[in-house]
Amino acid sequence: MTIVREPIWDDAPATKLQGFFRHITQFLSSLGWAARILSISIFYFPSVIVRKDSRSQLFNQLYITGIRTLPVITVVSLFTGMILALQVGLELRRFNQEIYLGAAVMISLIREMAPFSCGMCLAACVGSAIAAELGTMKVNDEVAALEIMSISPIRYLASPRILALVFMAPLLGFFCCIIGTVGGGVVGVTQLGVDFEQYMASAISIADTKDLFVGLLKALVFGIVIGTVSVSEGFGTEVGATGVGRSTQRSVIVSFLLILMLGYMITRVCYR
Amino acid sequence: MSLIKFENVVKKFNGVAVLDGLSFDVEKGEVLALVGPSGTGKSVTLKHLVRLLTPTSGKITVDGIDVSSCSSKELTHIRSRIGYLFQGGALLAWMSVAENVALPLRECTNLKDSEIDEKVAAALASVELSAAAEKLPSEISGGMQKRAGLARAIVRESDIVLYDEPTSGLDPVTSVTINRLIKKLNKELGITSIVVTHDLQGALNIADRILLIKEGKAIECSKPEEFVNSQNPAVKEFLAAMKGEIV
Repeated sequence: MTIVREPIWDDAPATKLQGFFRHITQFLSSLGWAARILSISIFYFPSVIVRKDSRSQLFNQLYITGIRTLPVITVVSLFTGMILALQVGLELRRFNQEIYLGAAVMISLIREMAPFSCGMCLAACVGSAIAAELGTMKVNDEVAALEIMSISPIRYLASPRILALVFMAPLLGFFCCIIGTVGGGVVGVTQLGVDFEQYMASAISIADTKDLFVGLLKALVFGIVIGTVSVSEGFGTEVGATGVGRSTQRSVIVSFLLILMLGYMITRVCYR
Repeated sequence: MSLIKFENVVKKFNGVAVLDGLSFDVEKGEVLALVGPSGTGKSVTLKHLVRLLTPTSGKITVDGIDVSSCSSKELTHIRSRIGYLFQGGALLAWMSVAENVALPLRECTNLKDSEIDEKVAAALASVELSAAAEKLPSEISGGMQKRAGLARAIVRESDIVLYDEPTSGLDPVTSVTINRLIKKLNKELGITSIVVTHDLQGALNIADRILLIKEGKAIECSKPEEFVNSQNPAVKEFLAAMKGEIV
């Protein structure tokens, strides 16, 4: 599959209607292109693990995705848990039901908020960086140079990045859940007068295996989406620095929208 | 038979013909300089040779194989024979100069590490860049980046090298060094070269033939001494403009 693509049409549209249909065709072509990048990347996953140089790239990407985003994800998930606890706790207190605070925070986090906030952080921190990096490589002819050397840019550049997100997104989603629950506990103890042990017991009692798996599934899907969108946007970059900026912006926006839509769809399928 | 042949190649972007019936050929072991005003399709011509672009119509052959319609296996074979020096060098930023040069060998051959190291050292020595082997591209000058790109282009012992403005943005001394390298590689290794350049003096010094492209068409293709004495009005206009720039 060639990454350095040419425009589909050599000529300008003759009418506005033709231009409109060309936009639609272009959009569908972009979807197909992203799907092909994902499928070819998955095909190359084994070689990323087996080949020494690809493996070192993978470890580098795991570090960037997993370790370098930890501070942001910690702060975001901590405050997500604290806000949830405060809002829910104040309502529960009106009915003297503060003992259920842990359960309410845990169920919100494990099912929705942890994978969602993890996905948002990854799209903003990692997805944007991938789109910008690959976009810069594209406009600097580095991607073309790889193609001329018969080195697949998908195997060499896309696969390690997508695989790192596939590995790390569920782990970070789980981490978000733990930190958010702790954050909720801190608010429960300091502002709502809930006993911490009681809070944790309530939280653990409500979480079942299905909730955990659905949460991890969401995080995994978000990781795949962020990787695919950012790589395809980066590879699709055209026209210098402006193009890099546009690709980066579009990768974040498209990732955010897909995270919201797919999050809803997974919930709809798993909790009828 | 010519090693490289362009036959009536047309390439349109958004309805505008950048190449408009371009025809020329390159013999084995020859250095052909492509000159002409900016935006006349010189770099586009080079990109067609490695199928980074495909023509709207016309035919491009390398050693008898039609580049624009060949199978991916044949394309891989053609690309393995071609080294391409991009304007900016196109080095990967996170790799040292030596790692960049070693990249095509590591990825596309089964050579042992020691053999790769040997070939990389030889390629770097041939472009006089051995001292910068361990530096990152960001730590070396533009001229050194181009030389590193050149080392990467020749490390697989390519028999064709395409140079896209190898001396643009360089000082006169570095430009002379790069031009000398192109000539040296051609003489010592017999590399067939196509050089896109705005450096007319450099082209006159290194090229066996000079091809003037204007508005996507081949205007004149002749030996340097014939080119400077050409009576073709377009060539005279181009030469006058170049002299004007120098003055």
